[in-house]
Amino acid sequence: MSLLDTHIGFVEALRAAGLSVSLAEGLDAISALEKVHWHDRETVRAAYAATLVKRQPQRVTFDAVFDIYYPRLIGGGVAGDGLEPNAGPQDTGQALERFREALADALASGDPQALQDLAVEAVARFGAMPGRGPGLSSWSAYTSLQRVSPAELLDRLVQGLLGQGLDDEQAQRTAGRRIGDFTRLVEGDARRRIAEEKGPEHVADVTVRPTIDRLDFTAARRSDLEEMRREIYPLARRLAARLTKEQHARRRGPLDVRRTVRASIATGGVPLTTHHRPKRPHRTDLVVLCDVSGSVANFAQFTLMLVFALREAFSGVRAFTFVDDVVEVSDSFRPGADVVEVMESLAGQISQAALWGRTNYGRALTRFAEQHRDAVGPRSSLLVLGDGRSNYSDLALPVLGELAGRARHAWWLNPEHPRHWGTGDSAADRYGEVVPMVECRNLAQLGEFVHGIV
Amino acid sequence: MSAASAALEARLARVTTWFESPDDASARLRGSGYLTDDATALTAYLAGALEKPLLIEGPAGVGKTELAKAVARATGAELVRLQCYEGLDEARALYEWNYKKQLLRIQAAGGDQSWSETHDDIFTEEFLLTRPLLSAIRRDEPTVLLVDEVDKTDIEVEGLLLEVLSDFQVTIPELGTVTATRRPFVVLTSNASRELSEAVKRRCLFLHLDYPDADRERAIVTSQVPRLDERVVAQLVDVVVRLRELELKKAPSIAESVDWARTLVALQVGDLDEATVARTLGVVLKHSSDQQRAARELKLATG
Repeated sequence: MSLLDTHIGFVEALRAAGLSVSLAEGLDAISALEKVHWHDRETVRAAYAATLVKRQPQRVTFDAVFDIYYPRLIGGGVAGDGLEPNAGPQDTGQALERFREALADALASGDPQALQDLAVEAVARFGAMPGRGPGLSSWSAYTSLQRVSPAELLDRLVQGLLGQGLDDEQAQRTAGRRIGDFTRLVEGDARRRIAEEKGPEHVADVTVRPTIDRLDFTAARRSDLEEMRREIYPLARRLAARLTKEQHARRRGPLDVRRTVRASIATGGVPLTTHHRPKRPHRTDLVVLCDVSGSVANFAQFTLMLVFALREAFSGVRAFTFVDDVVEVSDSFRPGADVVEVMESLAGQISQAALWGRTNYGRALTRFAEQHRDAVGPRSSLLVLGDGRSNYSDLALPVLGELAGRARHAWWLNPEHPRHWGTGDSAADRYGEVVPMVECRNLAQLGEFVHGIV
Repeated sequence: MSAASAALEARLARVTTWFESPDDASARLRGSGYLTDDATALTAYLAGALEKPLLIEGPAGVGKTELAKAVARATGAELVRLQCYEGLDEARALYEWNYKKQLLRIQAAGGDQSWSETHDDIFTEEFLLTRPLLSAIRRDEPTVLLVDEVDKTDIEVEGLLLEVLSDFQVTIPELGTVTATRRPFVVLTSNASRELSEAVKRRCLFLHLDYPDADRERAIVTSQVPRLDERVVAQLVDVVVRLRELELKKAPSIAESVDWARTLVALQVGDLDEATVARTLGVVLKHSSDQQRAARELKLATG
């Protein structure tokens, strides 16, 4: 493959991964590369990043694709060359023992170069799998991580860090982060080896994860959830800025004929300046009713946090959570409250919302209609959050219909892909006939929806 | 002969080399008091070499504006600054006709000049008020044009920027097109409160500035506040790094660490102990819930 082919393939892969790279930007990248030396891979990466990546959330995707198209090394690299010809089995008990010792040392010192080398070795030694044909091989991060199991080194690492004078919690956190880093390095190296065997296009399609604002709530890992939580406030700020700007643009209300005519008398009856009625921004009363059972709890939390972060845009917000019973949680969201505390108190209240612990939409809706009738009125908008999976119980469709009828607007936000609506125990399609059902699978969609209803 | 050589000289002078290489950029920015990482130095070099505007995004207080100032200092160029705000318009950003002076001119001419003469007369350089964008383009000396907080403007202003950023020219209907004699080094900064249009982004190089790693932050604080003891700087940066790991509404930025260092110098603190941290936490954390959270977490950390 020539350099130009690699470049074209790289740009194509970026486009496939959702970055909008224009032709002009691709040309810019080439002229930028002409101006720098190529001796350092990070220089090439930075030159590409400056010309092709125009939104910071896309940087993660960019780095993943870059690592596939411009790999750090080929095969086992210089260190691995010595070990390849050795005909005997690579993966032996002794080798594993020795490797884990080396890994423990590297984790304890936190030396990035040593960790990178070990990740390469981990994949080469323990992650090799026989390929589909003779002479072919494949690589698996999963297999090598299972063999090496860095998580088992956690306790030892924590002890070591405690010895260095860190306190307990900090040591736990540092150890967890280092092991997570190592896991990512191994995954990255396995991708690199596979890309080498099968061609980069193949890997880029399969392994590149979407950016954090396009990542499904239901597919998010623990670390992703933390990252999403950090995104909530910036998202709320962006939305608030956008809203004020749009309200300013629409500030001029309808023509005030009386004042215009009166003012025109001064200019002999010619209305030189027009006067307008001030426009009163309409503010909605929002009632949020959310399913907080395990499957959709994260989604409910994000939506609640976003809604409360934007509370100035609404005249009032009340929030209720349910599993099979209803609890009001509006009090958890004091103005200026700490994010972590809010999350903890929400988690504490989930137990109160469950009588038997199995989601029951019908029961929850009926209880809501009985206990909090006053919450929904002609000036309020009702927002139901949940996947509509009600364990085949009664759906209480008339109750929801009645609630929706009384409210000014009603929406149902569903964190599942529309193709799953109505499958299994999902009643999304039947609820969808009563209340408009909106797909809301990631932060970007959530932001758009909240912006739309304000 | 002399005219030809002068023209040649002028043409040569137009090709400004801002930085020789990424390393040169790094060294010269360091010399002017701005410590960069490799990616920043490389992007600054590319912006100069490719003559493309540089769009810098990042949280508040990580040195976006400062980078533009540092480039100006390092290259001996003059800084022309356009501060963006909501409602910024052509008259404030590009140029405006000095209509009061034009009126005076018409009155002073009285009746003895024909309309067409007067008309030609009042739309000349003399009556033109240049605003930052136009003056940056018309300058003959090396210029750094800083368009600060470009996300604060309305969408229409972005359209205005397009012509300036891509062709470095401004069209004035009465005068014609003014083209840059020497392309300025353009820096746009944004806090990403609004997504800029694709058209603007496409014309720019992009750089995201983030909080620096501990070593670089120590170096920055030491260079900004040389009077603070090395040991205290290390303690301070350590606390700031830990604060950034907490889930805060507003994580402390570099500017705030530097402020904190200055505070400690003013208070003549020789050791950053728990009590001092608690007393001066307001310098780095500006939300009361953040302060409470930090106080709790830091106390936990010390037992």
